[in-house]
Amino acid sequence: MNRNKFKRQLPLYFMLIPGVLVVLVYNYLPMIGLIIAFQDFVPGEGFFRSEWVGLDNFKYLFGMNNFPRVIWNTIYIAAAKILLMIVVPVVFALLLNEIRNKHFKRGVQTAIYLPHFLSWIILAGILIDILSPSTGMINQVIKFFGGKPIFFLGDNKWFPTVVIASDVWKEFGYGTIIYLAALTGIDPGLYEAAYVDGAGRWRQLLHVTLPGITPMVVLMTTLSIGGILGANFDQIFNLYSPAVYESGDVLDTLIYRIGLVDAQFSLSTAASLFRSLVGLVLTVVSYKTAHKLTGYRPF
Amino acid sequence: MHYQKTIAGSIANALIYFVLILGALSCVLPLINVLAISFSSSVPATAGQVKLLPVGFTVNAYQYVLEKKEFVEALWVSVERVVLGLTINTVFTVITAYPLSKTKSRFQPRNVFMWYFVGAMLFSGGLIPTYLMVSATGLMGSIFSLIIPGALPIWNMIILINFFRELPGEIEEAALIDGAGHFTALTKIYVPLSKPALATLALFTIVGHWNNWFDALIYINRPENYPLQTYLQTVLTKQDYSVAATISSIGNLSDRTIKAAQIIIGSIPIFMVYPFLQKYFTQGIVMGSVKG
Repeated sequence: MNRNKFKRQLPLYFMLIPGVLVVLVYNYLPMIGLIIAFQDFVPGEGFFRSEWVGLDNFKYLFGMNNFPRVIWNTIYIAAAKILLMIVVPVVFALLLNEIRNKHFKRGVQTAIYLPHFLSWIILAGILIDILSPSTGMINQVIKFFGGKPIFFLGDNKWFPTVVIASDVWKEFGYGTIIYLAALTGIDPGLYEAAYVDGAGRWRQLLHVTLPGITPMVVLMTTLSIGGILGANFDQIFNLYSPAVYESGDVLDTLIYRIGLVDAQFSLSTAASLFRSLVGLVLTVVSYKTAHKLTGYRPF
Repeated sequence: MHYQKTIAGSIANALIYFVLILGALSCVLPLINVLAISFSSSVPATAGQVKLLPVGFTVNAYQYVLEKKEFVEALWVSVERVVLGLTINTVFTVITAYPLSKTKSRFQPRNVFMWYFVGAMLFSGGLIPTYLMVSATGLMGSIFSLIIPGALPIWNMIILINFFRELPGEIEEAALIDGAGHFTALTKIYVPLSKPALATLALFTIVGHWNNWFDALIYINRPENYPLQTYLQTVLTKQDYSVAATISSIGNLSDRTIKAAQIIIGSIPIFMVYPFLQKYFTQGIVMGSVKG
């Protein structure tokens, strides 16, 4: 009986082989490869003959002059993005929800989530052009009103703002659609009941709409907290330059430069390990929090 | 919502329309500006006179770009990548999702495998160890370095598992009683029934492969084998004055119009699948949020 059952399940095991193998080789083995963070890894010597150095790489990393600055940049940029990615999409979804004209509603939706699907290469190309101090669209407007052109991407005062604003610009449409989907899930009977009880537009918003989308807001936010140390590598890598390292260098760009530009494999991996551990803890904590607050479980 | 019409309400409505239009324009105008520049002559483009319509209409920038060997080669690599990537990702997603969509009573080790895959999502070996693994498996420099390491998109697989689970279990039972094996049940019943889900995942896979640039930057050592986005990364995000200098003699071309034309061509596939993306977009979100 049991053998028969196993035989029938055999194909299920076969189906899992390719996926298990690929994940083993490219996800789990690299995790073991993280041990080079505790070595002075030399590619020619391999994992086994490279010298063990204990926590030296971490000591060096945390002692680097720009490390506190990089951590601050990473957290500041990510936190601002998380906050704005609650406020802007929720406001937009609420406004769109007030619109009766279906065509208008659809048109706005179509426009606002287009940037979400374009790569940061394309968008960086566009941003570099429209933010250019000489010919860019934005500076043309500033000059038209008599202002002095601003070098947005080369000025430490402006760079983080540009990064935060442009990411919100790229992604707010996506967030809006998610919250809009949550809004359509609200029972219309609740609005009718509120209306009968004398609630106007404003009170319906406060007592029906907002409580209705709170679970989704909590969920999206807690999920994004896990990624706080990965403050959008694609974006910053394509927009920054040495002139704005002070305000724009983040953990992931630092890991890239130490690892693949300076070829300091072990030091870069120490930074990766630090980032992964913090990310893991934050992810687990935020998943748990999300589950506690909203009863949601993604897996 | 139910409410009575008031003057304050009408003002509020006007404000709402205003904010929404502003938001929508902010997303579209920069693209239209670049489109206009790509079709403009070099002098007005370089002087910053182009707003939303081309000035001195010309297709010279496009001609130049499409005759440029590096650009066309990169475009071809991207097409190859999307086709290969889509095929492999879809096969891996389907055959892995099927066993995992079974309940624990039908496939005992289901949860163990599930945790195995979820674990791979939660923690990562990071840049250098992954790079060393790609190198150790001999993929360096090959187009497969862009496809094999991510052959199984785990998040997509979870979406598909949830979709498979929504299908009535009796169908599978009936098939198995009729003597069909799991492979037949999967290819003859599950896959045809999940066409909408698979189409959605395919769209996201296409966009993902088309937009990805970083892996090629580190794994592909010869720039002539770069896919388009990686090639564009080297052209668009660095201020390169040499190009402008060498082509100024050709006349109706400038660095700015050429960059604009490349931006537009680089995003054409996205515009092409956009109507479909839009259609399946909310569906995808709904599928992704199905409780397990």
